[in-house]
This record gives sequence, C-alpha cells and structure tokens, in this order.
Amino acid sequence: MNTGLARFEKEVFSLRKKEWIAMLLAGGQGSRLYSLTKNLAKPAVPFGGKYRIIDFPLSNCVNSGIDTVGVLTQYQPLVLNEYIGSGQPWDLDRQEGGVFVLPPYQKSSGSDWYTGTANAIYQNVPFIERYDPEYVLILSGDHIYKMDYAKMLKFHKEKQADCTIAVLQVPMEEASRFGIMNTQEDGRVYEFEEKPAHPKSNLASMGIYIFTWKKLLKYLEEDAKTAGSANDFGKNIIPNMLGAGEQMYAYAFDGYWKDVGTIDSLWEANMDLLDPKVPLSLYDPEWKIYARNLALPPHYIAKGAQVQNSMVTEGCIIEGAVDFSVIFAGVTIEEGAVVRDSIIMPGSVVKKGAVVDYSIVAENAVIAEGAVVGARPEEMEQIKDWGVTVIGNGVTIGPGVTIAPKAMVETDIAAEEVLTK
Amino acid sequence: MIKRTAMGIIFSNMHDNHLGGLTRGRTTGSVPFGGRYRLVDFVLSSLVNSGVQEVGVIAKSHYQSLMDHLGSGREWDLARKLGGLTFFPPYSSGDNQGIYAGRLDALSGVAGYIRNCRSEYVILADCDLIANLDFQEMIAFHEERDAEITLAYRRENIRRAGNENVAVFDVGQDGRVGRVWISPQTDDEENIYLNVAVMKRELLEKIVSEARSRNQRSFTKDILIERSDSMRIYGYEVKSCAMRINSLQDYFDASMALLREPVRQALFPVDRPVLTRVRDQVPAKYGLGASVENSLVADGCIIEGAVENSIIFRGAKIGRGAVIRNSIIMSGAIIGDGARLEYVVADRDATIRDTRTLVGYKTYPLFIEKKSVI
Repeated sequence: MNTGLARFEKEVFSLRKKEWIAMLLAGGQGSRLYSLTKNLAKPAVPFGGKYRIIDFPLSNCVNSGIDTVGVLTQYQPLVLNEYIGSGQPWDLDRQEGGVFVLPPYQKSSGSDWYTGTANAIYQNVPFIERYDPEYVLILSGDHIYKMDYAKMLKFHKEKQADCTIAVLQVPMEEASRFGIMNTQEDGRVYEFEEKPAHPKSNLASMGIYIFTWKKLLKYLEEDAKTAGSANDFGKNIIPNMLGAGEQMYAYAFDGYWKDVGTIDSLWEANMDLLDPKVPLSLYDPEWKIYARNLALPPHYIAKGAQVQNSMVTEGCIIEGAVDFSVIFAGVTIEEGAVVRDSIIMPGSVVKKGAVVDYSIVAENAVIAEGAVVGARPEEMEQIKDWGVTVIGNGVTIGPGVTIAPKAMVETDIAAEEVLTK
Repeated sequence: MIKRTAMGIIFSNMHDNHLGGLTRGRTTGSVPFGGRYRLVDFVLSSLVNSGVQEVGVIAKSHYQSLMDHLGSGREWDLARKLGGLTFFPPYSSGDNQGIYAGRLDALSGVAGYIRNCRSEYVILADCDLIANLDFQEMIAFHEERDAEITLAYRRENIRRAGNENVAVFDVGQDGRVGRVWISPQTDDEENIYLNVAVMKRELLEKIVSEARSRNQRSFTKDILIERSDSMRIYGYEVKSCAMRINSLQDYFDASMALLREPVRQALFPVDRPVLTRVRDQVPAKYGLGASVENSLVADGCIIEGAVENSIIFRGAKIGRGAVIRNSIIMSGAIIGDGARLEYVVADRDATIRDTRTLVGYKTYPLFIEKKSVI
C-alpha cells in the first residue's frame, strides 16, 4: 500500500521536483531587540516605513527565481503567520510550491522544539524531500540586503561545491565580531573561525548558505546522532564539513548588508534608507521589495508642517515637524510636535508639542502632549549616557513625561513622571 | 438590521464623454483619483464593505486599464470560487452589435449572468461618484418603504451639478419619487440622481426582459421617467460626502476637497477602507529643502521641491526648487528642477522639464495629457 501511494505521489506530482528551494530561519527570539520582540518574532519587526524584516529575504527569493520557501518559526509566531498568510504579496501563492510556515510539530517518535539552526532544518527533512531539490538555500530572517541568490547558485555549480557561504568584506578591526572565513585564492575555504580574537581575514559570513542537498542531509543526520552537539550551522555543520575536507567555497557579496539584531543596528539601518550615499535602493523596479499592504489613503501633510530628509508612508497625518526620520503607515504627528532622527512604527501617535529625538517608537504607542522622549547627543554632558530610546508596543507615555536617552519603556508611564534609564 | 444579500453591477464607461483628456485612453472607472485610487475603487469598495460578494463590471471601450487595475478582484477580496468579480467587455450576439446604447441595453447583454447570481438584491451604480456608501442602509430604507426601486440622490444646485444628462426628481414626504426629468433649466437646488439604484434581482430581470421586447435602452428615460407613476420608486438621500465627477472641473474640485479633513474622514473611515490595487511602492521620500503644506502624497514619491495644496500620486518626482501649487500630479509624472506649476492636472507619466512654468486658473485647470513632455 505504502509503496503504491509513494509511487502515485511521485508519478502524479513528478513536476514537483525543484532545482532548489529556500529555508528561512525565522524562529529566533531576537532578545537583543528587547521590547520590540516581546510579542513578535524578529523577522516580523517593522522596517523601512512599510516593510517587515522578512520582506527582504522573501523578496530576494522571488526575485532570484525561487518559488518554494519554508519559513521555520518557533518564537511568538502569530504576527508572522498572519503576515505571511498565503504568500500572495510576494507572489508565493503557487499551485506547486509557494511559501510554507513550518513550526515544530509532533512526530510518532516524540516532539521537540527546534534546538538549533541545523536541528530546525533536520526536523524538516521530510518537507524538503517532498520537492527532491538538488540544492537548498539557507537564509536567516534578520538581515537587510538585496541579493541575487541565482548568481550565488551559479557560482556554487561552477565550483562544484558542496557548500557555498556568502561572505562580506568587513573592516579588519571589526572582523572579530563575525564568523570569519579564511580562504585560498580561488575562494575555497580552508578554515572557519567564529569571532576570532586575531582574525586572519576580513571575510565575514552573512548567514546565507547554499548546500548540495544530498551532502547536507548526510551531515544533518550525523549531527543529529552526535550527543552534546549544539545542532547549529556555524558551530557544528560547517566545521564538520570543513574537517571532512568537503568542497566549501566563499561567495563574495559587495552590496549593502546589515544585521538588524540590535537596537542600534536597527536604528542605523532605517536611517541608511535616508542616506543617498548608502547603496540600498528600494526604488529599483527590477528588484522590488514586496510587503503586505494596508488599504490606507495617501498621507496628508498639513499647513504649517515641516517634513525634510524623511520617509513617510501612506495613512499618516503630519502636522508637526519631521526631520531625518522614518514614519511608518498610519502614524499621526500633531501640531507643534517634533520628531527628529527617529523611527515611528505603524499606528503610533505623537501628540501636540511632544518631542521625540533619536528614538524607536514601536507600533501603536502614544506619546502624549508635551512629553519628551530621548535626547540629542550634543545635549549630553556624558556621551556614554546617550543612546537610542525605545518605546515598546502599545505603550502610552503620559503628558509632560520625560524619557531619558537609552531607556527601554515597556509599560505605560503616567503623567509628570521622569524616567531615567 | 438583517443583512440582505446583494450583487452589484457597475457601469464603467458612463460619463466618458464628459471628462475630456482624462478618459481619452481609459474608462471613467479607471480615471486616477486621490493619489492612489481609480474612480471605480470607491463604488467597488462601498459594495464590498456592504457585504456584496457578486459584482459584474460592464465595460464598453478603452477598458484595458480597467481590466489591468481590477485583475481577478483580489484586492477587493472578490477573487472567489462562488461569485466574486466578473468583467464584461462588449460582445456581439444575434440581436446585439456589441456596443450597447444605454444601461438597459447593457443589462440585457448580461441577463444570463444576473439570472445565475444568487443574491436577493441588485445594486446598479456608475463610476462617477466619489463616496463611501453603506448599501445595507439603503436596502433597509428600501424595505421599510416597501419600494420597488430605490434611487440614491443628493440635494445640490443644478447648475453646480453641471451638464447634460443629470436626472432630477421630486421626492414626496415619505420619500416617494414623483416626476423625473433630465437636465431641467433652473438655478435651484434639486434632488440630483446619483445613478445608484437598488431593486430586487427578480424585478431587474423582469424589467430587462420587457425592455428588450419593447426595444427600450435607457434606464433613466424608459423606466424612471415613464414609470414613476405606476411603480413604487423611492428616493434615498445621501447626506454624507458624495461628489460626482462629470467634468474636468468637477474632477479638480473633488480632488481639492480631499485636502479638507471632514471629507477625508467621510471617504476613508478606518472600518470601511477604500481598497485599490497594490503597487509595492516605497514610502514617499522627502529630500533636504523639501517643503510641503496642505497636500496629499502617496507612496513612491520623491519630493525635493515645494508642494502646496496639491495631490501627488504614487511614484511622482518633484525636482529641487520646483514649486507645485493647487495641482494634481499623477503617477510617474516627473517635474523638473525649478519648474513652477499652478492649477495643473498632469496625467500619468507626464514630464515637465526643468524650469518650465505652467499656470492654469482655479475655474480652468490646465490639463497635461498622459506621457506628454513639456
């Protein structure tokens, strides 16, 4: 019976064989984003006015010709599930393939949370095998970049590699913060060092891998049997493959790439969108970044408002002053309010006379009349006390309240309080 | 209120003759409006927000842009297995030459579709109306009066309502429609028919088949005027914002009305959104030296100049030092550095080169055709 069914599946669905599919690791908690990821997986964090972080890898997949993507979720998946939905905004609602949300599930042998990046893929081997791919692309959901994975696959095939790792040249003095690939002249990797104290090269792993699937499967199975393994690509799979002398190549990427795993880097990456010198154009009609859109009218800029050097999204009402800021969909900035060098996420309101400087205001927050959130570095006596201020999801900052720079506010603050960090 | 099932029939080409250059290559329904919409979005969203799940769109000519815009109806949640959006380009059959001569004629061409729908009521509407209507309320009114046909109207000065083919009618105390006539010569405020009608689907089928056998083609002339005595026709007054677009001047004035907050609140309530096709544009970007006041700006724009009292559509670019006042700049239009525009309606993908000056007047906006280069 079973073999009959298997044959039926194979014959009837024989079109299902895919050259490659992508697996997107979206289960991480993103704890370094603090209150921003309290109820939200990191890939679902809003970015760039109308996007969420996951729109970048998903759009890259579609633009690179990948039509089957598994999104591995674990931590706070509700918003992410709803956001991905049928995959239609990314053109990933397909008859064969498409986008699939893959949470951990119960099996006859028991059930487990995803214990590491490699374990998450290992638990979904049956999903991958349904498409019988030659190659599997492994992505993570916490980077902002535009990349043609098809070029990387071409490189992988040319080198007849077992594994290709995308790398970025970083400044030598920062190299010790990254996983560093030491390569021969032709790009073959002979050594991988995780955050080396004395880096030998400045080629940092971007967390983007292409594996020849049969090879990866072998190492995933071995890793799963190894007691005490962290079940992690960087810690286990890559070193094991290197140790066994597999063909590992570094694929050099020279575009814009940013890890947005921390408050500072998330703030910076948003600000980069305002900088014409930063090579991340979202306007390229050949490489659009797709997102789920809200049905909101164009934004309204009132008489007396001032908007410069900023991005403003549909559904906003701007009556105050906005400078060097990214204003997400449906935000209201009332008369006399000032927003500078800040990110105001969807649905938030900055009321009359409030001032927001160098801050990230999460979704549906309210900054009441006359409140002061964050500060400018030049106003500080001690620059070490300065940093980006974060107002959490749905938090109300009462009238006249002052929130110090670097503070992380997760609960409502009533009137006339002063919160220091 | 018990929710009734209703289907919608939208006439997309009515009024094409009155909109000049705006409808040179498109239907009234696909005229861009309000920064990111097309006129058809307003009536279609009103239908969908009122629970309508079967909508037929009747087209006559220049309907490529409309088909492109509506697609499968997905953005309106009308890509369905049962019902959903059905598009009717003209087609000829034995007794029909393809191009219809009036609403009845057009309805006769889609009689089979109407028969196969399952809704109890039919809502007939044109695309020339900017409004956010609750058709359930209109149907409730219809049932309360035990009406056969209910017509939406608005009290307006007839001269303001503009040109030919405006139907007006008397409305009695209880809402019963008395005499109906077309474009009377008066200066008074009248009950202007908004070309939105509600009736039972069965009744419409009967009217259409009778009209066919009598060679009647016009719903207004052959039904409303002829039968206002014999049928129970009622008028339903629309008191919320409703703007008819029957000339370039109407178009300009209705666009400028969007800059008033009460108008925006009436047209774009959060719980009854106006749905439209998604274009995946980037948020609008404001450069150093941009200065914008009292304007609506859609996604995808790059603003580096000064904009005042204007509507800027998706993906338009306003160059450095350009000054745009009281104007409507449609999608993809490029306004060069230092250009100056006042009372201009620039259609899609128009290019105004650096330092050009174009000035219309409040009562005579200057229209720049699609893709023209100045």
